[in-house]
Amino acid sequence: MKRPSLLGAAWLVLKKDWQIEWRTRARLTAIIFFSLATLLLFSFAMGPDIVTLRAHAPGYLWLGLLFASVLSLGESFRVEAENQALTGLVLTPVEPRAIFIGKVLGNASLLFVLSLVLLPVAVALYDVDLGRDPLSLVLVLFLGCVGISAPGTVYSAISANARARDVMLPLLLFPVLVPLLLAAVSATKFTLQPDPQEQLGSWLKLLTAFDLIYLSVGFLLFPKVAEED
Amino acid sequence: MTPILPLVVLALVVAAMLGHVAVPAVRPWAWKAVGALGAVMLVSLWYFGLYWAPPEQFMSDVGRILYVHVPHVWMALLAFTLNVGCAVAYLMKKSWVTDALAESAAEVGVYFGAVGVMMGSIWARPTWGVWWDWDPRLISTTVMLLAYVGYLALRSFTEDPERRATWSAAAAILSYVSLPIVWFSVRWWNSLHQVQSNPSTVDKPMVAVLRWGAVTMLCFLFVFIVKRYEIARSRQTAAMELPPLEAPRAEVA
Repeated sequence: MKRPSLLGAAWLVLKKDWQIEWRTRARLTAIIFFSLATLLLFSFAMGPDIVTLRAHAPGYLWLGLLFASVLSLGESFRVEAENQALTGLVLTPVEPRAIFIGKVLGNASLLFVLSLVLLPVAVALYDVDLGRDPLSLVLVLFLGCVGISAPGTVYSAISANARARDVMLPLLLFPVLVPLLLAAVSATKFTLQPDPQEQLGSWLKLLTAFDLIYLSVGFLLFPKVAEED
Repeated sequence: MTPILPLVVLALVVAAMLGHVAVPAVRPWAWKAVGALGAVMLVSLWYFGLYWAPPEQFMSDVGRILYVHVPHVWMALLAFTLNVGCAVAYLMKKSWVTDALAESAAEVGVYFGAVGVMMGSIWARPTWGVWWDWDPRLISTTVMLLAYVGYLALRSFTEDPERRATWSAAAAILSYVSLPIVWFSVRWWNSLHQVQSNPSTVDKPMVAVLRWGAVTMLCFLFVFIVKRYEIARSRQTAAMELPPLEAPRAEVA
């Protein structure tokens, strides 16, 4: 049998993850309802003042995504821990880096779908205006989801086998994601609200830089981490 | 005291450190000598910092916390840099020595960083009127500290020693990489911290005392890491049967 290339193998891993997800749709359903509840809780906690809610909507949206991502990322390697599936995956004659790329794309696509589902909810709850710059908004959401998934995939591979893994993942992941959160919230704000000083561009650059840095660091580190699983 | 004197002492301390690493025969006493020097320097730092140095132009006596606050943060960064260096070295060539050194550097770094951030907060209250603020250096140091607390938690929650070493090395590199990005993002967000000073903008006696403080803390950093490293090594050898290290797996082309 012909051995698949790096990207070919990554595609196979991605397809496998999508297939597992599509058969039950359990993970997507769970994180959608979880983040719906989170967004609803934010609006309860902040009270009914629509002006405040609208101003802080980007922050709520990204916190909702961030909390949901912890559940989703944790699950991503938990399924592999069953029957030592990850060991089997690592033993196949493909680069472990292909597993990393496939897993990052799988996690990012799931989060991206979630973020698209949350947009109409944000309109309903926080009365935001999506029509101002929809293309940039989708780009910000996409870059942000990749940014959460790149370090998140490495940490999830680590914490899937550690004790107290549910605490471990956010403890490791959240500090690293601080710049991503700042950049994504600011960029989202400037796609939903007026941007008189044209700051959107520099935040988009920061998001892109974050994604590229963590994709390459993860690409280098993942084989070492996967070896120990 | 002139600004040169601390640099002379620094050369002595660095020589002792290099001697400790390179010559096993001096190991039993080199750390004691550095520790004693540090204690003497600490006592003189009280005199230099509290009486000898002139009060700061705008902050008067409040500014004197600078002589301990800044060295603490410097030492934390130094310790974290040592930690990430060990992490990279471990991933390139597995060794229990770099793993133990990484662990001790991280723990000592968290101590220095936590004390440094607390002192910064004490300084901020009378100067800015708040305990906490959106400042790049403050936030990036705190985020770094949180990341390393996570690192230590990961170490204590992983039983298998080889897994622990590899995973924590990966976690250390991921956290260290985030430091410059945190710094930039918070600087773009907002900034209030005074512009970083350099020796040409600061009065000569103040430079001298700051350097004196830094060398003092360097002595303690060295002693702490040496002792913590010994603990880490004896834990490794005593508490567990060390498995043989496997050779790095051949990459599949």
